[in-house]
Amino acid sequence: MSGFLSSSIARKFAMALSALFLIFFLIIHLAVNITSVFSEDLFNQLSHFMGTNPMVQFALQPVLLVGVIFHFVMGFVLEIRNKSARDVKYVNYKGSANSSWMSRNMIYSGLAILAFLLIHFIDFWAPEMNYKYIEALPENPTRYYHELQEKFMPLWRVVLYVIAFVLLGLHLLHGFQSAFQSIGFNNKYTSFVKALGKWYSILIPAGFIFIALFHYFNH
Amino acid sequence: MNLTLKIWRQKDSKSKGQMVEYKVTDISEHMSFLEMMDVLNEQLVSKNEEPIAFDHDCREGICGMCSLHINGEAHGPDRGITTCQLHMRMFKDGETITIEPWRAKAFPVIKDLVVDRSAFERIQQAGGYISVNTSGNTQDANAIPIPKHDADLSMDAATCIGCGACVASCKNSSAMLFVSAKVSQFALLPQGRVEATERVLNMVRQMDEEGFGNCTNTGACEVECPKGISLENIARMNREYLAASLKR
Ligand code: HEM
Ligand code: SF4
Ligand code: FES
Repeated sequence: MSGFLSSSIARKFAMALSALFLIFFLIIHLAVNITSVFSEDLFNQLSHFMGTNPMVQFALQPVLLVGVIFHFVMGFVLEIRNKSARDVKYVNYKGSANSSWMSRNMIYSGLAILAFLLIHFIDFWAPEMNYKYIEALPENPTRYYHELQEKFMPLWRVVLYVIAFVLLGLHLLHGFQSAFQSIGFNNKYTSFVKALGKWYSILIPAGFIFIALFHYFNH
Repeated sequence: MNLTLKIWRQKDSKSKGQMVEYKVTDISEHMSFLEMMDVLNEQLVSKNEEPIAFDHDCREGICGMCSLHINGEAHGPDRGITTCQLHMRMFKDGETITIEPWRAKAFPVIKDLVVDRSAFERIQQAGGYISVNTSGNTQDANAIPIPKHDADLSMDAATCIGCGACVASCKNSSAMLFVSAKVSQFALLPQGRVEATERVLNMVRQMDEEGFGNCTNTGACEVECPKGISLENIARMNREYLAASLKR
């Protein structure tokens, strides 16, 4: 890695920016999905808009893809470098004495999210791309709600969702405030950021879990 | 107190080391941890065995020489202290205590529990100073007005004794707490602003070259630091670094 990203602090800054972007994206994603709980029409309209608007499809979607890929690739790079910075391991290392489990295991919660994302892509994104761009089927603006319902029929997928979002919550419980520290934001508002991070890390994953359970029990 | 000690022994930087078990008896709970080590070494010397090498100097918590990773924590289980200030009353009679050197690729073992911390010195030399003319017409520092709050924060950062406990505790062997303290003590004062841009860029570059890991904000360093250096310093260094990168 050359240039700006060859420095440790710059890498950390880029990591935090990609994470903050994902945090923002998740709010939008949840806001759209939650409409499926109370209005089939609204959900269809929003999905149709997201699925056909060229701005969303050809500007925001690529940015999101790059953001996700950058985030986990950088996550791996940092993990490998950090592991190699201690060539001889401690016989006795008591991490729990001075740091949280979440903060020490970002790579594992991250890997679990990555595994989930792969399945998520196969489930939703790949069929979408196939429908729209490969088979080029005619758009049916009311198809989205039924596709969603269908996905949440099998129990295994619902269970997987619940597990993945609990792990996302753990990832964010450390990550949210960590991202602010990384970009140099640590001041009198930090206690607020920490509290906000806690609420975000619980409520956002809980929202996604609620939607999955709602459709599992209501079809 | 009677104790079982499992201690890292390593002949020199090239040899492979290992944990070796020792017993000590009749240790007073009023002793410091280093005094307990002295007792063990006297035993070893009287048996014509090689004493255990460990770093120490002032033995009053100000020089930063003493190190030791005790029972999985830098400077042992107590908070806000160095190993020379650690009392044996923190341990239980009959306990087994593991004692290891600081572990980091950038802190190679020289012998037993002694590691080479000269990486810290090279980071300091890369920018941890201010350039002043000392030819006789030096300005009185008190003539420059400095807000009390900034002066206090700078003094807090300057209390870092360069012990390396932050690196030793960090799961990534990151030196960010140390470097950020050294950057902050100057960044907060007008005298330090003059060379602020070059300082942070050079010190961080040296830190990376030495092979320290990357901070992931676990906060372990702040908890284990004997001088209570705050994570706010790392955030300040990140800001300084970004500002400096944009300026160049
Ligand atoms: C695709 C799978 C993912 C992997 C493999 C992954 C991996 C990681 C790793 C290893 C870190 C620690 C790096 C560090 O702290 O320096 C991290 C940090 C973080 N991740 Fe993820 N992550 C993933 C997905 C996500 C998602 C979907 C979000 C949020 C919506 C997220 C939010 C964060 C945040 C906020 C941080 C803290 C950034 C910082 O401290 O500067 N991650 N991630
Ligand atoms: S920041 Fe604290 S732990 Fe790190 S070298 Fe300075 S005094 Fe030691
Ligand atoms: S010997 Fe000086 S700080 Fe412990």
